[in-house]
Amino acid sequence: MMKVLDAGMKTVVQDFGRFGYLSKGLTRGGPVDENAFLWANRLLGNNFNAAQLEIILGGLEVEFQQDGCFALTGADADAHLDDEPLTLWQNFEVKAGQRLKIGYAKAGLRLYLAVQGGFQVESKWGSCATVERDSVGGLSGDGSALQSGDSLRFHCDTPQPSRRVSWAYRSDYTKTPVLGLIPGYQYDDFPMSAREAFCYEDFEVSKDSNRMGIRLAGKSLETPEKGLVSEGINIGSVQVPSDGQPIIMMHDRQTLGGYPKLGVINPVDLGKLAQLQPGQKVRFTRVDASVAQQQLRRFYQFFNVRLPCQGGDNLRS
Amino acid sequence: MSNAESDFPKIVTAGADAILVYLGEGIDPTVNDRVMALTTRVGESLGDKLYDLVPSYNSLMIYYNVLSLSEDELREQVRQLVDELAQNGFADNASAESTLHTIDVYYDSSVGPDLERAAEQTALSIDDIIQLHTEQEYRVYAMGFAPGFAYLGELPEKLRLPRLDNPRTKVPAGSVAIAEAQTAVYPSASPGGWNIIGRTAETLYDPKADNISPMKVGDRVQFKAVSKEEFEQAGGSLESLS
Repeated sequence: MMKVLDAGMKTVVQDFGRFGYLSKGLTRGGPVDENAFLWANRLLGNNFNAAQLEIILGGLEVEFQQDGCFALTGADADAHLDDEPLTLWQNFEVKAGQRLKIGYAKAGLRLYLAVQGGFQVESKWGSCATVERDSVGGLSGDGSALQSGDSLRFHCDTPQPSRRVSWAYRSDYTKTPVLGLIPGYQYDDFPMSAREAFCYEDFEVSKDSNRMGIRLAGKSLETPEKGLVSEGINIGSVQVPSDGQPIIMMHDRQTLGGYPKLGVINPVDLGKLAQLQPGQKVRFTRVDASVAQQQLRRFYQFFNVRLPCQGGDNLRS
Repeated sequence: MSNAESDFPKIVTAGADAILVYLGEGIDPTVNDRVMALTTRVGESLGDKLYDLVPSYNSLMIYYNVLSLSEDELREQVRQLVDELAQNGFADNASAESTLHTIDVYYDSSVGPDLERAAEQTALSIDDIIQLHTEQEYRVYAMGFAPGFAYLGELPEKLRLPRLDNPRTKVPAGSVAIAEAQTAVYPSASPGGWNIIGRTAETLYDPKADNISPMKVGDRVQFKAVSKEEFEQAGGSLESLS
């Protein structure tokens, strides 16, 4: 067991997400920084889908009540195991009775805490991912965040060799990221001015951002005149409502919508957006779909991601 | 297909792992039948390479596994499937398993805060509104936005009203609403900008249940007016809007 002494700002349970239910309106959930999440599982030799904690801004304090092994990735924050300072992006052995305390993020927004074997949390519709607005997932199954006093079960196996992630694979969350835009959806219907502005201007992350969508503030983009009936929305979609301020759809997005979309952010870049604090800047550049697909293939292969594809029966809405 | 339809299927990229296939324009039962027929065929033929399918009014979103398919291969296969379906007039699969759902609604200003304004704006009596809303079957054109949310169409011309200028921050679960050519029931409490004319006691999304929602695209829905007593007996809540 691991007991939550202080849940911090907000901490939620996430596995890789809920697949196969979009046609019923149930969103995917899952970690918004997949890179940091998958590294934490990889450091521990876990299945890619093993449940972890997504910690917003830090402030989490826990007590391990059994021996085990854990890893902490994501935002840059001070962390201590008892009084010993810890380096992030590394695995650690822990003894029963030890306390892990995570300070507040100095750069980045979200940390991921994984334990060897993953947290044992009951699944609903194939996943334990917490989706607050759908009232599903998480420790109590109702979409709520962790509370102080909660206890999470895990099984520890054999000790892991010490591993850490090389600097080359970590993101520098202090930098202004440049994210790839795959042109798509209504891209051709947008006026040239909007297509150009999106890739040549800086945008600022607004404080009204969450796991559903990241709102950007910047040059107002002209939108297509043609109306749209509701259609499927992928994670990373760049919606432009009539006020011209783009919203990038994240893992808890609504599954259908009727705003015009310029395209979709390259999924391997999306984690960098999820780590931006309000007020930080972001830039975009066009990327070919085929290049993004190749990168996504390599990303899934590297982390051994096996998407739960289903036979025809489950997909017949 | 007629000339106007030769633009379809129109296939666009919807990310690194999804394509969107349009089979027509706007809100049209024939187009939606084609979407459903294609959804079934794509599921049967490519299901093990896909991780989700999302049919809507005139489009089908196909989420595929980039490790098993390339976008070009998928586009090619979808074109073939559309061609095959078009040859038999899309008739085989469409609406084959359509279920009719009857939803009891308590139409009253206490739970339908826009009912009186709707009457003024449409120059109808409240009874006329209830009669118009209940006298026909609606088709489930799309499921989504939130779990169990069914987009139903088409509303009789006389009942069509624009969305609210300022969406409400919280609409209670079970609220029955209209906007433009569509009507719907809010399965859970959520923000909403449609005109609320009544409330149902029926549960359309239960996170504790096995099935996410009783409805699917292609199903039909008919609303039935019930009294306050019947509504309360069925477990309906009279909670006012906050």
